Amino acid sequence: MATPNTPLWEVFIRSRNGLAHKHVGSLHAFDATMAVQAARDLYTRRGEGLSIWVVPSSAITASDPSDKGMMFEPAESKIYRHPTFYDVPDEVGHM
Amino acid sequence: MYTQALNTSDADDRHIEDAGRAAAFQARIDAEERIEPNDWMPAAYRKTLTRQISQHAHSEIVGMLPEGNWITRAPSLRRKAALLAKVQDECGHGLYLYAAAETLGASREELVDLMLAGKAKYSSIFNYPTLTWADIGVIGWLVDGAAIMNQIPLCRCSYGPYARAMIRVCKEESFHQRQGYEIMLTLARGSEEQKAMAQDALDRWWWPVLMMFGPPDQASQHSDTSTMWKIKRFSNDELRQKFVDATVPQAQYLGLTIPDPGMKQNADGHWEYSAIDWDEFKQVLAGNGPCNRDRLAARRKAHDDGAWVREAAQAYAEKRKHRQVAQAAE
Repeated sequence: MATPNTPLWEVFIRSRNGLAHKHVGSLHAFDATMAVQAARDLYTRRGEGLSIWVVPSSAITASDPSDKGMMFEPAESKIYRHPTFYDVPDEVGHM
Repeated sequence: MYTQALNTSDADDRHIEDAGRAAAFQARIDAEERIEPNDWMPAAYRKTLTRQISQHAHSEIVGMLPEGNWITRAPSLRRKAALLAKVQDECGHGLYLYAAAETLGASREELVDLMLAGKAKYSSIFNYPTLTWADIGVIGWLVDGAAIMNQIPLCRCSYGPYARAMIRVCKEESFHQRQGYEIMLTLARGSEEQKAMAQDALDRWWWPVLMMFGPPDQASQHSDTSTMWKIKRFSNDELRQKFVDATVPQAQYLGLTIPDPGMKQNADGHWEYSAIDWDEFKQVLAGNGPCNRDRLAARRKAHDDGAWVREAAQAYAEKRKHRQVAQAAE
């Protein structure tokens, strides 16, 4: 008989004080408590973190890769959103 | 997130796969772009990777057995702590890899069941026994050394989740090789008996380690498409040669002799080794190595003995969920 599937969780770790939690991988666990414990054992064996978040993988909604153009291309032509678009004379100094 | 909303199954894909999509996919590969789980990919790419990553995962898990054999008999607390940490790492590596394989649409449970049923392969090397403490040294030095040689190019593999798992694995693996070499060095500088033990371990493991890189290039069935898809960056023979060239001076430093009297250095500085006994390799892969049956039996026992833990954890999680629902309703 096939083994029953356990829920999948995505793991995020804050590596240092002041940094954001970053996705490090996923794991299986029956509940959130177990997921945090497993994340500690699996992803922080060498002091990689100060804080762990676990999120049920099923709770994540991702953008569709085929929508990439529609989603992200409009920003590419808007170079006036970047500071380098604007000319400031050298004499003015750093701004 | 990676196991949902995936492309359709292999069978369906074959009907809708069109040349245009395949060409666009290959163009992305050629441009060194990484392929991510929700991207379109040819069914054969998915299948090849699922097989390779899950075999790699099984190897990590089965690889805990030969070393686990020596944890309780390590010669000092320092060695014991290191070996225990190493075996824990192998378990972690197996889990990273199962997670990477799952992004392709297979479930870990399904993959593990295939391995337990004897239908999935794992590295031939773990079907050899660890007879003495020196074997633990050789495993770290040579088996992990060979694995690193193979895994470093995989850090640049075209499939994102596999490449990222490999980066983590390689980072952790470097301590494995160093601790193995340290064990060898200690034995090689020890008593005559210890030195003989180190030599005996090298004699037994050398050829099986060379076989880890897989069949010679003319005979490898998966290499062509894997190279085209940039899953594989170097051929089996290229990696094997790199490994031999790196290892010979390390053995010389230890004062140990590689059990290949015909080995010689050519004009380009490469060490030429004698013919490998590929019949032995085939026999081990076919299930007839010294420990194949033991390894599978140990995995099955661990899986069966752990069944009650999985059941209890699931029952507890469900009980808590029902209680929360009930409390919310009050």
